Amino acid sequence: MSEQKLQSQTVQTTGHAWDGDLQEYNNPLPVWWVYTFYATVIFAIVYWTIYPSWPIGKDWIGGVSDITYVNSEGETKTHSWNTRALLLEDLNQAAAAQKPYFDKVASMSYEQIAKDPEMNGFILSSGKALFADNCAPCHQAGGQGVVGFFPNLTDDDWLYGGSFDTIHETLMGGRRGYMPTFGEVLSGQQIDQLANYVASLSGIGHDAAKAAAGGALFNSETAACFYCHSSDAKGRKDIGAPNLTDNIWLWANVPAADGDEGKIAAIRGVISNGLNKGVMPAWAGRLSPEQIKVLTVYVHELGGGQ
Amino acid sequence: MQTGLEDQLGLYQKRIPIFTRSVKGKFRRFKTSVLVLAYAIFFLLPWLPWSRLDAPAQAVLFDLPGRRFLIFGLTVYPQDVVWLALLLFIAAILLFFVTGLVGRAFCGYFCFQTLWTDFYIWIEHLIQGERPARVRLYRQPWDREKVLKVGGTHALWLLASFWTGVTFAAYFAYAPQLVLDFFTGQAAAAAYITIGILTVSTYAAAGLMREQICTYVCPYGRFQSVMYEAETLAVHYDARRGEAAHGRASARAGQRTLAERHEKGLGDCVDCGLCVQVCPVGIDIRDGLQYKCISCGLCIDACNTIMDSFNFPRGLIRYDSEKNLASPTPTAPKVQWKRLKTIGYGVALILMSAYLVYSIGTRGSFDRAVNQIRQPLYVVLSNGDIRNRYQIRITNKAGQDQVYVISAHGIPADALDLGNFSEIAVKPGHSGLVQASVRLSPTLAAQTHQFELVITPQGKPAEARSETVRFDSPGRRQ
Repeated sequence: MSEQKLQSQTVQTTGHAWDGDLQEYNNPLPVWWVYTFYATVIFAIVYWTIYPSWPIGKDWIGGVSDITYVNSEGETKTHSWNTRALLLEDLNQAAAAQKPYFDKVASMSYEQIAKDPEMNGFILSSGKALFADNCAPCHQAGGQGVVGFFPNLTDDDWLYGGSFDTIHETLMGGRRGYMPTFGEVLSGQQIDQLANYVASLSGIGHDAAKAAAGGALFNSETAACFYCHSSDAKGRKDIGAPNLTDNIWLWANVPAADGDEGKIAAIRGVISNGLNKGVMPAWAGRLSPEQIKVLTVYVHELGGGQ
Repeated sequence: MQTGLEDQLGLYQKRIPIFTRSVKGKFRRFKTSVLVLAYAIFFLLPWLPWSRLDAPAQAVLFDLPGRRFLIFGLTVYPQDVVWLALLLFIAAILLFFVTGLVGRAFCGYFCFQTLWTDFYIWIEHLIQGERPARVRLYRQPWDREKVLKVGGTHALWLLASFWTGVTFAAYFAYAPQLVLDFFTGQAAAAAYITIGILTVSTYAAAGLMREQICTYVCPYGRFQSVMYEAETLAVHYDARRGEAAHGRASARAGQRTLAERHEKGLGDCVDCGLCVQVCPVGIDIRDGLQYKCISCGLCIDACNTIMDSFNFPRGLIRYDSEKNLASPTPTAPKVQWKRLKTIGYGVALILMSAYLVYSIGTRGSFDRAVNQIRQPLYVVLSNGDIRNRYQIRITNKAGQDQVYVISAHGIPADALDLGNFSEIAVKPGHSGLVQASVRLSPTLAAQTHQFELVITPQGKPAEARSETVRFDSPGRRQ
């Protein structure tokens, strides 16, 4: 069979003969393949000429094409073609496309923005992106916060007020929540009484006698809780002192605690240890005024505002 | 038969040029009618005006930047992609259905490769003359006549290809403006690229490659064989009649009439070769059913012409089924649809077409998407109330501005808070976004698992659509 094949075939040899009779068949590559290969070689040379290619020491061949872009300082620069400049150019174009909207944001009042269907759509989409980039690490993606660490922005309890202006103020200047440590000032019994009183304000099961004593203590100069939380325990928004009479808990993780005793224990912990961790950074200077305005409206919409 | 190595030296077969002879007959007339109709629709449709408020006055316009297809009075949005799926399904089933019944009718009469090739052969015929003249021209050296005629043919082909490309692009942009822009260099790069690619590919496919597209490129041409059954009608040569006992023979003296031929045991085929000369794919139908045959029926016309001239009965080459041809008692060929496969395809075709018509006929004037906000699913408010939030997107599919009113069923009226947008105006083709929040007391929240949000176009209560949404509250898992 194979002999027959050899006899019948007419494939050419390369023409060389080694050791007298060793010959090599010449089976060239298909023509289309060879030309495709040549085409890739030509393409490579053209590519090297146009785009950056060979490194030379610390420098490189830049290629004949160049790219003009505006850098972060606003200077127009021309450089041999590179993808970083291309990215900058793309970002500038995207910023230019957004500019009319941000200009509109700057020129409109909060109320006007919130009432305009088109601007409202812009706030919902751009605000979501800004929030995810800057706020979500603490306040979580949906703004629901983390009990014990970061306030929930979707409820109707605003520590510093939920109007456009107070939200804007919070964003611009940041906030710092503080509550003194009472563990060394008051006795354990007094702290327990205060905790029972605070629990009673929110309808949590408590010891009525302790709560009554705690109520007196709350408004006394000994504990002096009323200075910040006000005598009706509804808090003071000007200093961010929380309302103790509602169902919203930020520092004492009451919702997660088991049983009334556990909930009171959680409250006791906050009273005795105090707080010095409620830090919200200032965003003025980090974000543009228009971006902060967008976030203000977005956050206002998250919790329904006040 | 196994081919020897000597036959395999060339990897690709060199194209054998095909010079088709023109022919007259009912299949030729049918093919010409389909060609004229299809060309009239394809080339004229983009120029048909259609008055619109918010879009160019073009009856059929695929507005890609606007993310919509404008088809006469219908505006199709990306959300309607199911229609495209249905349409493709119907087209596929129709193809299978028809192929099972009458073979490659699509290939032979309707495929754009066939139509354009037919048209290009017509141009070739117009300039270079009938088949013998074309063969002579092909063989003669490159003199003035050949350069002029062949050059003229290719020039006309290129012109036809170019206008095919322009027409295709005109479905995607306002046609008069596109043509103006194209020639003044103002058109979009996509238009130049599309028209360029289509010019080259049409010229190559219909002018140069022709039957090679059907033979080597087209997948449908190759998988159609699985749709054939013994009952399927296809273009067949009646070998029993044509070859008889001693085969075909030319109509020389002494074997010119049927009686003389039958006496000598000769078949009815006079071996004139006309069926081969008219074949656009260059096959001999007398070799039997073969994959290259596009079932265009021109050989039937050719054979019938010859049969008529000899006063022989027609139908030596005809539409018939393999089963009937092989049967000892052949009957008149007829479409045989009483088969499970054909009926199945037919039912699927009717069901899907009905569903498509129903779906288009009952489409609402707007599209809505109501999503519950899941981060967080619910919020406990300061007085213990539970709040859920929802994002409502309304897309206006009607042709004019529309105000939509949002209301709720199954919860107290004051529980629904739409912020500033209890009604929202949306421009045609645009979307409006509304954040709704629903606030229920703990007792009510415990009872409410879901409720309905109703979106009503203002002034058109009949078009109101409602959407059932969940209401989540703490301590409940659904």
